[in-house]
Amino acid sequence: MPIESIFPRLEPLLPTVQKPIQYVGGELNSQVKDWDEAEVRWALMYPDAYEVGLPNQGVQILYEILNEREGVLAERTYSVWPDLEALMRKHAIPQFTVDAHRPVGAFDVLGVSFATELGYTNLLTALDLAGIPLRAADRTDEHPIVLAGGHAAFNPEPIADFLDAAVLGDGEQVALAITEVIREWRREGEPGGRDELLLRLAKSGGVYVPRFYDVSYLPDGRIQRVVPNRPGVPWRIVKHTVMDLDEWPYPKKPLVPLAETVHERFSVEIFRGCTRGCRFCQAGMITRPVRERSITTIGDMVETGLKESGIDEVGLLSLSSADHSEIGDIAKGLADRYEGTNTSLSLPSTRVDAFNITLANELSRGGRRSGLTFAPEGGSERMRKVINKMVTEDDLIRTVTTAYENGWRQVKLYFMCGLPTEEDEDVLAIAGMARRVIKAGREATGRRDIRCTVSIGGFVPKPHTPFQWAAQADHETVDRRLRALKDTLRRDREYGKSIGLRYHDGKPSIIEGLLSRGDRRVGDVIRAVWEAGGRFDGWSEHFSYERWAAAAETAFAEQPVDLAWYTTRERDEVEVLPWDHLDAGLDREWLWQDWQDAVDGTEVEDCRWTPCYDCGVCPTMDTEIQIGPTGKKLLPLTVVR
Amino acid sequence: MPEGPAPVPVTQRLRVRYAKRGRLRFTSHRDISRAVERAVRRAGIPVAHSAGFTPHPKISYAGAAATGVASEAEYLEIGLTATRDPAWVRTALDEALPSGLDILDVVVARAGTSIADRLEASEWTIRLDGVAPDTAVEATEAFMAAAEVEVERLTKKGLRRFDARSAVSTCGIQPGESDRRGSDETAVPCVILRMVVRQTTPAVRPDDVLAGLRQVAGFAPPSPPLVTRLAQGPLNADTGELTDPLDPDRETEPPGGDATAGHGLASMPAGAVSADVVGAHP
Ligand code: B12
Ligand code: SF4
Repeated sequence: MPIESIFPRLEPLLPTVQKPIQYVGGELNSQVKDWDEAEVRWALMYPDAYEVGLPNQGVQILYEILNEREGVLAERTYSVWPDLEALMRKHAIPQFTVDAHRPVGAFDVLGVSFATELGYTNLLTALDLAGIPLRAADRTDEHPIVLAGGHAAFNPEPIADFLDAAVLGDGEQVALAITEVIREWRREGEPGGRDELLLRLAKSGGVYVPRFYDVSYLPDGRIQRVVPNRPGVPWRIVKHTVMDLDEWPYPKKPLVPLAETVHERFSVEIFRGCTRGCRFCQAGMITRPVRERSITTIGDMVETGLKESGIDEVGLLSLSSADHSEIGDIAKGLADRYEGTNTSLSLPSTRVDAFNITLANELSRGGRRSGLTFAPEGGSERMRKVINKMVTEDDLIRTVTTAYENGWRQVKLYFMCGLPTEEDEDVLAIAGMARRVIKAGREATGRRDIRCTVSIGGFVPKPHTPFQWAAQADHETVDRRLRALKDTLRRDREYGKSIGLRYHDGKPSIIEGLLSRGDRRVGDVIRAVWEAGGRFDGWSEHFSYERWAAAAETAFAEQPVDLAWYTTRERDEVEVLPWDHLDAGLDREWLWQDWQDAVDGTEVEDCRWTPCYDCGVCPTMDTEIQIGPTGKKLLPLTVVR
Repeated sequence: MPEGPAPVPVTQRLRVRYAKRGRLRFTSHRDISRAVERAVRRAGIPVAHSAGFTPHPKISYAGAAATGVASEAEYLEIGLTATRDPAWVRTALDEALPSGLDILDVVVARAGTSIADRLEASEWTIRLDGVAPDTAVEATEAFMAAAEVEVERLTKKGLRRFDARSAVSTCGIQPGESDRRGSDETAVPCVILRMVVRQTTPAVRPDDVLAGLRQVAGFAPPSPPLVTRLAQGPLNADTGELTDPLDPDRETEPPGGDATAGHGLASMPAGAVSADVVGAHP
């Protein structure tokens, strides 16, 4: 049956909403396939505004890979702003895709990409607008399978009630595998309906179907256990790892939006995974091991991407880009190749060493040297040992001095506040560090116009990290330490004016903490917040701590748990964590040991350069570190001028 | 500190007429300029850049239509560092742009002239769904009969009052066909307002004219107007019609360009739509 475009009904509403261009699609390299010719149809969603969601690589990659397959169709959908949401409700317009403006409810799969937990309320808005029952249990054969992916899906328990399934890890291969399971089931005449399809997915071992697992609780509120309730459903669900990134050089044809987005560049992932072992970093832990893309594939991807998109800025993306085994040659090769073409290259690296500056110099050849970013993350030496960020203050000073000497005028320093074992003095140490940075910079350059911006984020303990057991600092403590830091900097007559300070208050981190380490009981809180109008929680102008706190209060009234129980409570080794049945490959004992080492300030090296320390990932997932050097160089291209 | 590299000078200036159609009428001016910059790069057109550390491509726009307004006649000018056949640029740029932003005409600019000066007036159509022809005729007649119709508009500088009548040189009605359906599945009635409005300061926009109609005749269409700019150009005082603003560029041999190819294209009408529109006044 052909599915009609809702655009004729949407169009008259668009002149009255903010930035209507975000709802019309038509991006360069977007595609619309024939509905009836497709056997399996995916709607892919990034649950945030178009301007944030469009640049997301995960969605772009899956969109391209799925659409390349015969008989498979993929379209995209994003969160609509409250102004359009109200109009859509009034005119009974469903959640739609931007590609062909088809109703999301008509697709087979709604795949939602969660880079952050703050998109959960937006999931509910989309489901509701799409006419899909919020609770997975209430859905019938007509409704799409609602499937979560992305980093937050490593603990999907808080949204388990609303999901049919979740996938951990890299999506390229598993999205295709899921497609084949659906196709086969369809060709067989859809035996057993939705339940059978979900069961087939669950039995594959790589798709988590929450309804096939029962969670029981102890009287004190802790989880007693999580057990499969169907025969053939595995006890543990494992993550997916793409081992050869050269075989998956996507996106080949990046989507080029008409609307302005938050990330106006073409990004090429140069490797996945990171084993520096920063203990706060969930991304580093769950994406192990390191898998590099080769210098030649990177060169080709940059070239086709620029040609297909016309974008003039390339970002070399990864969790720690300066760590690619051939980054020097990549940077030089690209800088040579694109010299004089008004193409700018960037490398989001936060490594604190001189090599970083060499790279930055290379990439900004002939251009203005404005700002460089470093991430010491902790203000005191002790704090940095706890989080395993192996940088000394002297290293940092040496590095920034070199940066200022090389013509950079501004450095940005990233820190966190509320880290485990943190004391007031650890945060105040940030002021001392910033002062030394300015002092060294002035001495090295003889100039007064150098600056340093200190940017501070609230620490949130995340699942699958050594800090998953840690107590999160309460927001009063975080706010007090930040205020003290601010006062110290403001009182400093000598250097204070050269130091900028950026931070947020501690309350949003508490809610992020609830959603990160929550279990299925948190679903009621999310739903209550959404019903009370909660939307776009990643946006400070929409976020309301009070709304969350009130909803938690009500939802947990009859339970032995509360907001603090989920956030500021330390867990012990034997407690069953809500995500223990979801396997990122990390050995639980290794993680616990690393947590103990953290408290003692014992550091751990990077397994790329030192022997394997048995974090568990490689043997469990049957993967291994994939790094160069390949010894190859980038060939100069004849660039058309 | 190193200086930025010296920019390569402009050797050819091209004037481009483009359309903004369908869904892409919701692009803002900024969206369009970003899309054009990227398309120019994709197409491999040797665009000149400004000097400095953040060089900008030399592309300038004349009188861009507002967000939400479709247009068959938008104009921009590109400075090139090497000469290119305008016909080739037309095809290459059109292919590199998303469909809906369509290149209609490219000519080599005549030295010492400005395209903005030639855009004396615009011809607009406004499609109004759910409006019966009689009411619309009455309203436009009342409007055209008035000597002055003061309207208000909220501008960046606050509420402004100005005359919306004197800039309008012609205004008429034609029956239209709506693609929207009423609840009983029959097409809703629809009219199309067609008008020529002179470029004035402050600019009188189609919605100002609608505000004027409301003022003189209580005219209140039930759904948002669909506005399209059909043409822009010099206004012929005798006929009341617009002429093609790129014609003066075609009068002389384009300096430095590929004369044959440039002329081959230039002698054709700028696009089927505009060709029949320019003469079609009510
Ligand atoms: C570019 C970037 C941004 C950009 C662009 C964001 C965007 N829309 O994509 C900007 C600057 C806007 C940004 C903002 C933020 N970011 Co960011 N960002 C990144 C960065 C550097 C790259 C992301 C990326 O493209 N990865 C590559 C793609 C291919 O990976 P992917 O999206 O995870 O997708 C793969 C899989 O997850 C899976 N998958 C994903 N979705 C789905 C869905 C389905 C159905 C399936 C089957 C599979 C699947 O398949 C994909 C292919 O394998 C990462 C660091 C990194 N290197 O990953 C941080 C990172 C993702 N960001 C992070 C954070 C915290 C944020 C912010 C919350 C920061 C803030 N406090 O404001 C915001 C949130 C924005 C928002 N509201 O969504 C963290 C996430 C922390 C975590 N839990 O791991 C990261 C990991 C950085 C870090 N080291 O801490 N970010
Ligand atoms: S198993 Fe060993 S080599 Fe593999 S990521 Fe863990 S520590 Fe590194």
